[in-house]
Amino acid sequence: MKNTIGTVKGHAGVLHDDPWSLMDDEALDKNDDQNSRYQILSLESLFALEETQENQQRPYGVILHPDDDPEVLLPWLDSLTLIALQFPRFSDGRAYTQAYLLRGRYGYKNDLRAVGDVLRDQLAAMRHCGFTSFAVREDKPLTDALKGLNGFDMIYARSVTHPEPLFRRRHLRL
Amino acid sequence: MYKYDEYDRALVQARVGQFRDQVSRRLSGELSEEEFLPLRLQNGLYLQKQAYMLRVANPYGTLSADQLRVLARIANEFDRNYGHFTTRQNIQFNWIELEQVPDILQLLADHDMHAIQTSGNCVRNITTEAFAGVAGDEVMDPRPMAEIIRQWSTVNPEFLFLPRKFKIAISSSECDRAAVRSHDIGLYLYRDENGEMLFDVMVGGGLGRTPILNELAKKALPWQHILTYTEAVLRVYNRHGRRDNKYKARIKILVKALGVEAFAQEVEREWELIKDSDAELTPREYQRVATGFEPPAYEQLNTIDLEYGAWLARDPEFGLWVKTNTQPHKVTGYASVVLSTKPGSNSPPGDVTGNQMHAVADLATRYGFSEVRVSHEQNLVLPDIRKQDLYSLWKKLTKLNLGTPNVGLLTDVIACPGGDYCALANTRSLPVTRAIQDRFDNIDFLHDLGDLTLNISGCVNACGHHHIGNIGILGVDKKGEEFFQVTIGGAQGKNSSLGKVIGRAFRVEEVPETIDRLLQTYLDYREVDESFIGMVNRVGLEPFKERVYQTNVSKMAALSSDTEVNIETKTGVPV
Repeated sequence: MKNTIGTVKGHAGVLHDDPWSLMDDEALDKNDDQNSRYQILSLESLFALEETQENQQRPYGVILHPDDDPEVLLPWLDSLTLIALQFPRFSDGRAYTQAYLLRGRYGYKNDLRAVGDVLRDQLAAMRHCGFTSFAVREDKPLTDALKGLNGFDMIYARSVTHPEPLFRRRHLRL
Repeated sequence: MYKYDEYDRALVQARVGQFRDQVSRRLSGELSEEEFLPLRLQNGLYLQKQAYMLRVANPYGTLSADQLRVLARIANEFDRNYGHFTTRQNIQFNWIELEQVPDILQLLADHDMHAIQTSGNCVRNITTEAFAGVAGDEVMDPRPMAEIIRQWSTVNPEFLFLPRKFKIAISSSECDRAAVRSHDIGLYLYRDENGEMLFDVMVGGGLGRTPILNELAKKALPWQHILTYTEAVLRVYNRHGRRDNKYKARIKILVKALGVEAFAQEVEREWELIKDSDAELTPREYQRVATGFEPPAYEQLNTIDLEYGAWLARDPEFGLWVKTNTQPHKVTGYASVVLSTKPGSNSPPGDVTGNQMHAVADLATRYGFSEVRVSHEQNLVLPDIRKQDLYSLWKKLTKLNLGTPNVGLLTDVIACPGGDYCALANTRSLPVTRAIQDRFDNIDFLHDLGDLTLNISGCVNACGHHHIGNIGILGVDKKGEEFFQVTIGGAQGKNSSLGKVIGRAFRVEEVPETIDRLLQTYLDYREVDESFIGMVNRVGLEPFKERVYQTNVSKMAALSSDTEVNIETKTGVPV
């Protein structure tokens, strides 16, 4: 994917040559030269993959619709290298809760990517909820977007990245 | 009051820097208006008909005298010398330049204030009653819990883009004076026989186009679970609330669709998974926050103050004011004083000038403990006044035009700013407010009517809470013409109810006569000491309908000499 930011241990940087691409079902069927890249499958394709018992050699990922219950991914969580969650509009906040559930409840460990209307001013909140990579909207420069992850991001409540709420750390004056 | 520590300060300061950057990106064109909109809304900035409006948070309606002076300064230096106190206990400034907003936010942050989440589809200012901590009938002080929930909900990353706005209110008195039942989450806080703090949690209330009172979802929730339970409610709402239609996006629609029991079960399932976690509140945190709300150094005063008693006997006007504008205080010899921001048709409800704010701050310092409250009825409150000082305070308030003895009476109107300011409103609520205040300006008549709430909204968004007014007025647009629909029987508090429409809507000039007929019906039917709402509940709508619609209201209005309403020349916009 183009225009993407990744994080390593919370530190953000531009991902050059990101190997992932969003695959629609048709492209998957054709099994064409896209093979050189890692595929992000739709939920339906992931289910189909299971049925055909195809042995995936390469890493693969899945993309959820904001309405999907992330619980459906439970059987695949260890084998998925990437899960993409969508922001159809940046004001649609369902993916924040999906991210929390995947990380905080189901223990998903690999890359969690924000796709869609992904903009600088929401990146810090996304990171708090467990996103680790960000396919920034393509008309927005990454150098600007990176600033969204390098600013102040203190919150009071707990989050995926800060599982202890501030009130449990406050007296330590950390 | 709660005292900011370095964390709180760092957050509001950082937020100013962030918004300054966002404003400059908007001004340079880097951010489109569409992208800027949710960012400015979460910082309290609306684009209204004629200018930007900035809404500043007054957490659960508390302000120090110094903070009120800062608001006065904003009114005088950045606005047209006044501000407007709102039904969410906030204040809004109506004539703001976008370029100046970062400087205003800086001024606020330097005094431990902010405008964070006073708008937008997120958790809004937590409200409680204006007499929290001092009310004579209080079970316990709700402010520490309100502050804890405020902190938890501030920039909570999972819940910044909910389907719609989300309002939480909390009350802990015999009388609910915080309109708890019309909130997305309403909380009643109390103690059990062992002194443990418990919450009754009600969900799914809201006014607007589909008014609904909230319903009990969880009884007797132990206090340390309030944050996890709220988190569970918000998570269920964020996942399942409707996003396809703005008017069906509030949590009340989801609760109604599922039924409160099914909704509560869903929340319970979610809550079971998170309640025993680090998110559970600690006694240490409660103590830390509660320390800020310890009672000030009250004097030991006698129950009876001779001088105060003498003035009551000597000056009946003072007696009238004491009757309506003071509230019993939990400490002997003290009272809480309500400053009416509704002196009549010369000033819109909730509007207070910068100079008045300065003067009130000085009075709070001189007579009280330098604290001021904002009530959701849009009045100001001095919470701790010695009864022996009431007479001299009253004299000063009268000079400031803040001493009108009408609190809780017909002319203590709750009204939204309406079409004179608001881009959403389709009618102007201020001219009809003025028409009513002009018609009913006889203070003895108002006192004879007794407790009576009148709420006016300029559109179905119901910012004037017309559904829960004893008399409610809703402005509706019919083919470009303003009409006003009248409801009666609404009430807030523990016996909350939604008003019922009495019949066809009226033109603005017909409204005062209509109100008069409602009042005459009440006076004819009332039994000894029966309030307006009590009488409506007893006899129903019929006698009111009969009286109001028996003859043409507009003819009556034309015949009546004291209904000259100068509605066209007043624009409602002080210059």
